[in-house]
Order: sequence, then structure tokens, then C-alpha cells
Amino acid sequence: MSDERFRDSQLSDSQFYDSLEEVAPGHTFMDSKEIVLNMGPQHPSTHGVLQVVLKLDGEKVNGLECIIGYLHRGIEKIAENRTWAQFGPFVDRLDYTAAVSNSLGYCLTVEKLLAAEVPKRAQYLRVILTELCRLASHQVWLGTHVLDIGAVTPLFYAFRDREMILNVFEKYCGARLTTHAFRIGGCRWDAYPDMAREVLHICDDLGPKIDEYRDLITGNRIWLQRTKGVGYISPEDCIAYAITGPVLRGSGIRWDVRKAQPYSSYEDFDFDIPIGKNGDTFDRYLVRLEEMRQSIRIIRQALEGLPEGPVIAKLPKVLKPPAGEVYYSIEAPKGELGYFMVSDGTQQPYRVRVRPPSFINLQALEKMAVGSLVADVVAIIGTLDIVLGEVDR
Amino acid sequence: MPEVPEGNPPNATPETAAASAPAAPAAPAVAAKPAPVPWQSTLVDGLRAAFGENIRDAATYAGQNFLVVDASAAHAVLAQLKDSCGYTSLTDLTAVHYPKDERPFELVWIVYNMQTSERIRVKARYAEGEMAQSATDLWLGANWPEREVFDLFGVRFAGHPDLRRILMPEDWTGHPLRKDYAPTLQDQAWVQKNLGIESGQ
Repeated sequence: MSDERFRDSQLSDSQFYDSLEEVAPGHTFMDSKEIVLNMGPQHPSTHGVLQVVLKLDGEKVNGLECIIGYLHRGIEKIAENRTWAQFGPFVDRLDYTAAVSNSLGYCLTVEKLLAAEVPKRAQYLRVILTELCRLASHQVWLGTHVLDIGAVTPLFYAFRDREMILNVFEKYCGARLTTHAFRIGGCRWDAYPDMAREVLHICDDLGPKIDEYRDLITGNRIWLQRTKGVGYISPEDCIAYAITGPVLRGSGIRWDVRKAQPYSSYEDFDFDIPIGKNGDTFDRYLVRLEEMRQSIRIIRQALEGLPEGPVIAKLPKVLKPPAGEVYYSIEAPKGELGYFMVSDGTQQPYRVRVRPPSFINLQALEKMAVGSLVADVVAIIGTLDIVLGEVDR
Repeated sequence: MPEVPEGNPPNATPETAAASAPAAPAAPAVAAKPAPVPWQSTLVDGLRAAFGENIRDAATYAGQNFLVVDASAAHAVLAQLKDSCGYTSLTDLTAVHYPKDERPFELVWIVYNMQTSERIRVKARYAEGEMAQSATDLWLGANWPEREVFDLFGVRFAGHPDLRRILMPEDWTGHPLRKDYAPTLQDQAWVQKNLGIESGQ
């Protein structure tokens, strides 16, 4: 789309209508075939400050453009002016519905630079907390996505159950949302005395709860009509856009960083990677629901095999990773979360690049939504499961 | 990435090195400097045969492979990696600014082979004002990352369909991720005009 539209907006209203008059004398604004509609940045279903400019012919979307950057805080610039350890809490603010995952990705990458060995117990603890975080993140996705499409009740179910997970985070590290759960070299805290029992209780409890979500949503006729065949993306396009996470798997490609390049002892656990067939919103919904079940499986195994020992490696107080660069990635709830880091051997990072799954996946919104209806755009934004903190950084 | 040379003694932290081998220098960071080792494979040989001197370096660091290529050949190397070597996915594109160098902008493409789970970083250096060639003809997904590099570093891409700023406001001046852009620096005129405040700091 050209810049013309934005220049138009510099005109006053009367000038704008005059300019229309010049193009099509005798016609009013409403007669034009296509209208441009601004959705957001303050819109409840854009999940944050995302602005989508739609070119509409009636209800049909003929063109679409995402305008992002409203939440740009310069996180990557901040990193260059903090020490390696000081930057740890900042990454929680990327994907704030899955702060634990961000923290894991960051710590693993710095550990890779340091060539530090993380104790086995810390790796297992990390897996337990990250999978809990995946459950919590998927519950936010489920609640809000279904709400966007018009079902109010599941939101309360999902948030009710998410509460139990946040309580565990709170007991573990004192924070519920921006947890800063991990430190470079391991975990700051060992599991609190009752943690294993409480997490196991969540696992026992959540299985039937997921069935409950399924019973509420899956067979619902309105839900089916609003999701089946909506927001289709082919496997080829997924690869062309480098889409990862449940969106990729929904299109039938069985790829998950946890299996492809296992980190933090994921190779020890037995779990499946669910995939969809049709690459539409409904399949992505099924994939995420099944992922939640698999997360429970992983947590159970990690709890069972939780080894004894220290939870943090002995590292110097002042971290100075040797000069060099690495890229390391993890499977965050939204997709592949990667960090590219350059160290110049000093206390501060020379460069930290975050490869946010939401940013990369959101790029495909245009491909998925053009040709569909306005109401489907809402469904597609929901199914991409984006978090603007991560898109804009 | 192939996790082969994981945990080499030279890669060990001062602590672990000191614990296992007391003779190892325990002085932090600078002393125990792991160096990239040359990366030999049929893929590199093939690329060297096709591009000759334009492949400046092929090395492995911390178990991760990277190629340093001449800026003029970067696009062709990426195309070959994609079309004949199975690196079908462009995971990420980013840049690093080295202001003291003659060619200060290093672009880093991270390509991924889904069949073998291998990753390669392709790096090329660009001078101030030099155009890089857009990879949007190879990967649709290169669009936004290239816009971001242009926005935050000021590197332009030839052949990009829509090279505009993406994270910063469209009429902002300056490229914030350059090293000479101080953390508190801002486009004062923009802030005053658009936010109606004296300063954002």
C-alpha cells in the first residue's frame, strides 16, 4: 500500500471531502466502492496496541496492513547499556503472558556464550516452570480468542484455571506475571517445600478441565462456522514466512524446537507434537489444546524424575562472556523464540537481538486475511496468538 | 545446529576449568578465549567452488556454523543455500553495528534446514550508505526483518517492495540501534510536534 493514505490524513476534513469531490463529482464518501477502516491501536480484539488498516469492499477485506511499534520500548538498545545479569528482568516484558519462557531463552543463550553447565535439577525445574507457563499462556490465548469470536464463558473457565498456575509462580518467585524466574546458570530458588504436590495437583486437575474446554467449544456450531476454513495458510507459505509454533503445526508440519534441537533436558521426556491437517483456525485450536495435554505429560515426567542437587552453577559474580556470538532458540508458547547475542568480552552485551515468534508470525496476517470478511480478521489475529510486547519489543 | 563440540575444554568457564584442571588459567574471560575453528564440510566446499574468494570464512563457534561472505555475493549465497542445500527457512535477519570499522554494518542472516535441523549464519559487511540486496524474492518473510534493519540501523535494501520504518514513527530521524545513537537521544523536534511535550526524557 502506498503512502498516499497517510498524506490524506494530514488534510482537514473539509479538504478531504473536497478532494473526493474532485475525483468523483456528485458522489459522496459512502458511494466509493472501497473504504479504508482503521482497526486499533485501541481495539479490544487486537490484543494490545496493534493497528490494522483494512481496505474493505463491503465486508470483504481487499487489503490489509499492520502498523506496529506502538509498544516499542527499545529493549534491544537497553540491553547494550546493562550488564548481562541486569538485562534478565527486561526480557520478561517481551511476551508478558509467558515471561518464564523468555527468561529461559535468555538464560540459555548467555549460558551458551559462557559455555556454562546448568545442574540437572535446575534444568528439570526450568522445564516444569516453562511448561506451566505454556499452559498459562495457552489459557490466555483460549480465553481471549474465544471471547473475540463471541463466546464469553470459556474466558472465565480458562482464567479460573490459570490462577492456580500463577499461584505456583507466586509462591516460587514472588511474582505472578513478570516472574524473572531463572538466573544465568540455573534457578535462583529451589522448589519450595510443597511445590511438587501442588504442581501434581494442577496436572491432575487440569486434564479434566481441558476436556471441559473441549466440551464447551469444540462441537459448538457457531464456533465451527467461525473457525473452520478461516485463516487458511499452506505449509509452503508457513515456511516462506518462517512461521513457527502452533501456527506451523496447524498446517501439518511436525516441527518443534523441543524435538528438533532439544534444550534443557527435553530429550529426557516422552511427548508428542500434535499437528493439524487443514491449516485453518480450527486446526490451530485443536493443536494448542492437545499441546496443553502434552505439557501436562512433560510436567509429570519432570516431577517424577526431578534429581537432587544444586540448582545453580557456580559462576563469577561479574559475568564476562568471552568475545563471540551465538544464536540459540527455544519453543515458546507462540513459536520459536531466539536470541542472537554478540559479546565483546566485557560486562555488557554488545548486541542482543530477540527473534520474537509473534513478530514473524504476525507478518502472515495479510496473507491469511485478505479475501476473508472483517469478522474473520478478528478470529485470525486471535489464532495467531500474538503479544504486542514481543512484536514491538 | 549440530551440537558436536559442546563442552570443549577451551569453552569451559573459569570455574569449571579451574576445578577440572588446576593448571588452566583461572583469570576470567580474556584468558580462556575460545576461538572459532574452521568449518569443513561438503557444503562449504561446494560454496567455495561456486563463489571462490567471495566466501571469506567458514567457521564453527560454540558448535554453531557461520559463513562470512562478501557483500556482493550475499544474495547469491543465500539463494544457493535455499535452492540447492535445503536451507529453506530464513529464521531471522538482523544487523550489528561496528562503528570503528571501515564497513561498519554486519548483516546476519540465520538460515535453517528443516530436514537436518541445521542452522547457518551468513554474515556480510556493508559500508555506510551501501545498499544490501533484499532477500524478499527468496523468502516472503524477509520483508519485516529487512524493514526493521532499515529502521533501526539505516541499512537500505535494494529490491525491497516497501522499505519503510516499522517500529519507529515514519518521520523519525536517526537509527536508534546504531552505536553512536546515545540511549537518551531522541528526535526532539518529533517529540515536541507529535507529543506536545518538551522532551521525552
